[in-house]
Amino acid sequence: MQKTMAIFKKEFKSYFISPIAYVFITVFLAVSNYLFFHVFFLNNQAEMRGFFDPLPIIFLFFIPAIAMRSWAEERKVRTLELLLTWPISDLEVVAGKFLASFCFIAVTVLLTLTIPISILLIGGKPDLGPIVTGYIGTLLMGGAYLAIGMWVSSYTENQIIAFLLGVVACFFFYIIGSPFIVMFASSFLASFFTYLGLGGHFESIQRGVLDSRDIIYYFSIIGFFLFLNIQSLAGRKWE
Amino acid sequence: MTDFMLEVRNLNKRFGEVHAVKNLNFQVPKGEILGFLGPNGAGKTTTMRMITCYMPATSGTVRVDGLDTVTNSLAVRRKIGYLAENNPLYGDMTVQEYLTFVGEIRGLSGGLLKNRVDEMFAVCSLGRMANFQITHLSKGFRQRVGLAQALIHNPDLLILDEPTSGLDPNQIIEIRQLIKKIGAQKTVIYCSHILSEVSATCNYIMIINEGQIVGSGTSEELTRNSAGGNRYVIRVKADPEQVRNAFAAVPGVSQVVTKPAGDWIVAEAFVDGAEDLGESLFRCAVSNGWSLSELKHETASLEDVFIQLTRS
Repeated sequence: MQKTMAIFKKEFKSYFISPIAYVFITVFLAVSNYLFFHVFFLNNQAEMRGFFDPLPIIFLFFIPAIAMRSWAEERKVRTLELLLTWPISDLEVVAGKFLASFCFIAVTVLLTLTIPISILLIGGKPDLGPIVTGYIGTLLMGGAYLAIGMWVSSYTENQIIAFLLGVVACFFFYIIGSPFIVMFASSFLASFFTYLGLGGHFESIQRGVLDSRDIIYYFSIIGFFLFLNIQSLAGRKWE
Repeated sequence: MTDFMLEVRNLNKRFGEVHAVKNLNFQVPKGEILGFLGPNGAGKTTTMRMITCYMPATSGTVRVDGLDTVTNSLAVRRKIGYLAENNPLYGDMTVQEYLTFVGEIRGLSGGLLKNRVDEMFAVCSLGRMANFQITHLSKGFRQRVGLAQALIHNPDLLILDEPTSGLDPNQIIEIRQLIKKIGAQKTVIYCSHILSEVSATCNYIMIINEGQIVGSGTSEELTRNSAGGNRYVIRVKADPEQVRNAFAAVPGVSQVVTKPAGDWIVAEAFVDGAEDLGESLFRCAVSNGWSLSELKHETASLEDVFIQLTRS
């Protein structure tokens, strides 16, 4: 636990030492606020659908940008050789890195709380239920994208490749559940695909329905890809 | 527990078609400084990576202080301090942060951690660099940070992979002295392709080429045993034929070659054993009535041995 914490602290801090954190937070807040407010005043409704709806697409690009460096950089600078020869288990390293990036995403997402606060300030009376569950869903979905992006990053030492493959992998899990794909699948596969898709679960959570199945889904996606990540470290036969 | 800090048995590593390490067998007794010598690409780094649990062997076993690197990986890693090739470091951390971080990963905490970090600052003379970011340090200081990282948990086995590469001569001497100081209490494996360095620091040397051990022993043993290593060079004024016959008759001399040098003849008398033949050779020249202007004993340098053993 101490070792996981050591990795966590180092990784979390490293975001803020470089300009990455500030650029990322600024751009994310600008994009999400713009997308929200430009429909908010048109619709004239005190709700946050305009913020949550495009998030699965926005995350498609933003989360791989966070995940891409986690392993690619370690391999490039060869610090992976240090990390893997220190007395720390693969699980502890992966957990520490995941938690650090996850907390960074959480900080970024929580900075958008200015949106519901401004709705309240201008006298709107939004239904708080969907907003709270929406934020929970956002974090869960972000975790799932992150786990996928980190796993992809463990296969390359090039951050740009890690980013692009991360986008593709996340997109795959996003599109697989969309009506566009499901329409063409057989009925058995269709329900399977719908279940696998990252977006559908988010939609129902964001509507205010916090179903345990959706939560279990996101936790299993996170667990599964972190497991793959550990496997790819254990099978280090590169070079 | 055994008397050996490191035991390597039938170690093999293949990367696809390339057989990088071929059936390596060796042991390192506790407290020894082993020089692991070989040309670039000989398999030194690959061997170190298998010992430090970075990559698995294709076959064979490595034991560190009796513990297997595969079944007891974490315990082995606890015992080892490793300065990897090219000394990778987390550049965005300060020296203080980095050493504290490594200490935490090594399971140190609280006062003990603080003491060890301070001790590393003292041992590696890093004190005034504590709050500098590692990226901004000179190569010599980076190397010391790497060394401090490897030493912070007081390891039983210290593995250094080309610790002086890229340093200037003054820095090399400093690092070398530091390693000697540390090596007084620890088992050290020192990988290098720089001969003077290994012969200056290590008490036992192993030469490896194309994944195999081609020679081992102390520096003296290696030079003495090498072919044509031990010889006398004698400059006399006489008939070459006569010189060759006379010197060859001296007991202990195995072979004599001569070459002209102006009016003089330079004869090289190769000696099998280690005994001192200087006097017999001198008397031989005197009894023949030759003028003698030079008589010196030469041994092969480690460099000669290295080239001899690793030339393919």
